[in-house]
Amino acid sequence: MPSHTFKLNGKRITVEAEDNVRLLWVLRDLLGVTGPKYGCGLGVCQACTSHINGKAFNPCSVPVSKVVPDDEITTIEGLPATVGKDLHPMQEAWLELDVAQCGYCQPGQIMTAVAKVRQASAEGREIEDADLDEIRNICRCGTYTRIREAIKAGAKNM
Amino acid sequence: MAQKEHAADNPRSAREGVGRRRVLAYILAAPTLAVGVRVGLDAVDGPVAEAAVPSPPQPEELFDLGDMQNLAAAPTSGLITVRVHSDGTASLAVPRAEVGQGMTTAVAMMVAEELDLPLDQVRVSLADARPELLMNQLTGGSNSMRSIYLPVRTAAAAARQRLIATAAHQWRVEPSELTTRDGVVAHGSGRSASYGSLAEAAAGTAVLPVAVQLKDRSDFTVLGTSRNRIDALAAVTGRKKFGMDHQVPGAKPAMVRRPPTVNGTVEAVHNADAVRRMPGITDVATIRHGVAVRGETFGQCIDALRALEVTWGPGTVDGESDGTVLRRLKSAALPMVVPPLLTKKIDAEFTFAFASNSPLEPDNAIADVRADRAEIWASLKVPIVAQREIANRLGLPQKAVTVHVVEGGGSFGRHLFHDVAAEAAEISQKMGKPVKLSWSRTDNFRQGRTHPMCLSRVRATYALGQVLSYGQRHTSAQTDFGHGLGEMITSTAAKLPVVGNPTFAETIFQLTQSTPYDFGVTTQLLNEVPLKFNTGSMRNIYSPNVACARELMVDQLADRMGKDPVAFRREFLKDRRLRAVLDKAVEVGEWGRSLPAGVAQGIGLHAEYRGAVATLVEIDCRPETVNRKVRDGVTGPRVTKALMVVDAGFPINPRGLEAQMMGCFNDGLALALTSSLHIKDGIPLEGSWDNYFYTRQWNTPPDLRVVVMPSTSDKPSGAGELGVAPAFAAIACAYARATGRLPTSFPINHGTLAFEPLPLEPSTPQSPTDGLDRAF
Repeated sequence: MPSHTFKLNGKRITVEAEDNVRLLWVLRDLLGVTGPKYGCGLGVCQACTSHINGKAFNPCSVPVSKVVPDDEITTIEGLPATVGKDLHPMQEAWLELDVAQCGYCQPGQIMTAVAKVRQASAEGREIEDADLDEIRNICRCGTYTRIREAIKAGAKNM
Repeated sequence: MAQKEHAADNPRSAREGVGRRRVLAYILAAPTLAVGVRVGLDAVDGPVAEAAVPSPPQPEELFDLGDMQNLAAAPTSGLITVRVHSDGTASLAVPRAEVGQGMTTAVAMMVAEELDLPLDQVRVSLADARPELLMNQLTGGSNSMRSIYLPVRTAAAAARQRLIATAAHQWRVEPSELTTRDGVVAHGSGRSASYGSLAEAAAGTAVLPVAVQLKDRSDFTVLGTSRNRIDALAAVTGRKKFGMDHQVPGAKPAMVRRPPTVNGTVEAVHNADAVRRMPGITDVATIRHGVAVRGETFGQCIDALRALEVTWGPGTVDGESDGTVLRRLKSAALPMVVPPLLTKKIDAEFTFAFASNSPLEPDNAIADVRADRAEIWASLKVPIVAQREIANRLGLPQKAVTVHVVEGGGSFGRHLFHDVAAEAAEISQKMGKPVKLSWSRTDNFRQGRTHPMCLSRVRATYALGQVLSYGQRHTSAQTDFGHGLGEMITSTAAKLPVVGNPTFAETIFQLTQSTPYDFGVTTQLLNEVPLKFNTGSMRNIYSPNVACARELMVDQLADRMGKDPVAFRREFLKDRRLRAVLDKAVEVGEWGRSLPAGVAQGIGLHAEYRGAVATLVEIDCRPETVNRKVRDGVTGPRVTKALMVVDAGFPINPRGLEAQMMGCFNDGLALALTSSLHIKDGIPLEGSWDNYFYTRQWNTPPDLRVVVMPSTSDKPSGAGELGVAPAFAAIACAYARATGRLPTSFPINHGTLAFEPLPLEPSTPQSPTDGLDRAF
């Protein structure tokens, strides 16, 4: 079976898997990293959103063979370490505003939020309502308002 | 009702009214302190519960011999138990499901309050199926807080009393000289002991019944205050475990290839052996409604199920489409009362499309079925019924099936049923191996439970400034209540205030539907058309549709009678709590403020579960808003401002209540404007979240506020479903006022199929491979 090497949450790992297995299943079923959730497997619901080299992406839509050794994959489990703390400012904002309801979408929401804020700040501006309207992550509990508030609050501390 | 409120508000009269009945608990034999309270008997939200309203006991009333004799003989089964451990924490396995509604947090608050223990020292888990609890282990009907508020507090209060008694005994002082705070018992002398240090000494050696004094509401420091969820940290760090995150030895991923029509059957599988040899695949088995595959990863299961060649037999609704169902409903609608001469009348007919109650987490379950026993892990709101039916299906005795309730990623009615758990058990039995079964997203929409299409006809008559009659005839494709609520009704049928011999559905309709207005002769009737879709409740059962039709009709009546919608409601409302939330909404939401053409306000009211909500919205129906473009999404009119004013009786956790209202609002928004299933030739066309248009960020109001009214009762109302109906109604009313057209078909975009349906075969689409191209 082919083996694949990449950096996962700061550690270099090697895993054996068929080339076409999507990264989500490599993470969840083979490596036991369960923060990224399965909500559709179609790149739609965004529940599995994680980061590749700092950018948000859906592991359900990437065959593991497309991940190369230099790639750095960050899941929700590895997010705090990117700022060298126990919690990322976005997670702290999430707690402050008690955003989660069932919690299933929340790892993906937070990973999207961090990428969105970075994107805006790379463009030299603050996150705006128009950016928030672009977020595709489903929250079936409907806690959208608190998500919006938390992203704005978290952005201030990033 | 008046009598109950009187009893609740006045301890003395409550005591007089109930004689010697009091809130009772049992100290149990256990290594450390454990206190049990019967749930469903001593403190349900019914006549008996009223008897259990706590009152400050007089010394002579605390407990007598008769009580002791009666209770010593009482069964100690059916208890929910608060335990105090040597580390100073308290724990409780609650017989309810947690699916996001915040039940565990509210329960922890009850324990913390009555035990005088910091909230973070309380651990709440979900109880396995416990058949002896009978129907007291059902999470539904927004009833959890109402049914366990007294039992949980009682158990915690008894534990605190016992800890005090234990310390008093050790220190040779009177219990009345001791106080408790933050998990410590203290004496005025400066002596103190932590709960943990007393937990063993306080334990019972035999069952001991005790009478309990609960805190007065004015002494509350936890209940009624805003608290964050106890699982929030786990949720934001990815550590919270949902069904598929649990590791059970040998339980490998499994998925199912499904038929192209609802509940289709398997006639032949042509290449099972070849599929079994695919990479990572271990097993292939034909099951009731499909062909299951098991393998190393879910991705390989998707490959395998797609490779299966299957000949399908018919399903249960193969000839049915939206149009055929609607025709059946129209022909089954019960007749309206013919109005007398010289009265004016308004008639309206509203249709509500099929909707999916699927949570974000696809249905899943782990099953390990052996020859003589089985173990199941799933998010289940009625685990006892699941246990019994799964045992029957497997040919095992009920007690040989252990059912663990895991935390669910949403429910919205879906987890009242155990379809996926039963299927996992069937697969595990047939393969002879443990399985971790997940439905695909597409399975969830196409073969999962739906809220059935329904039709509401309304006729109101009026004359001389009065509404003389209000009739509503609700006709629905059959709703399945086979999850236990039906049994609860059967067992209590004699006590229910409904006449005749109605069906379960009619009984539930009559128990849940009422009109809060003085509209003269009022009749609301349900008729169901028996159709074998997979149906169920969906964050409420009938109310969102019934109330939407009603509130639209109220606006029509107001218009015909030349009155403002709010003024008209104030004039005809008979419910003082609704009047109060309406007044608050009008004030905070600035009812009547000036808005541009194409933008309008709408108001919707609804009372249920002993709670009341007013929703006030502003909707923008101007072309530049309606025609916004979002890739693979629907836009349409946008609610720009929304306000939910809620009276939830006694709000246990206002922050949690706000969250419930926010969720209810976004559900109502989806039902009004965007989300529905299109049935075509026996199956829904929707297969992904870009087909089933639940509210997204580009739909949700940028400005949503929730106002929690001060307590109006000693007891919490139901809240989980309470806000959907008024939100839906307010949005519909606002849309009618903004566009000048009465909407009669919901959601309003149902007539347009705004997506390209995914293929019906294979039943689960392949995952994309271009994810990196969309990274941002």
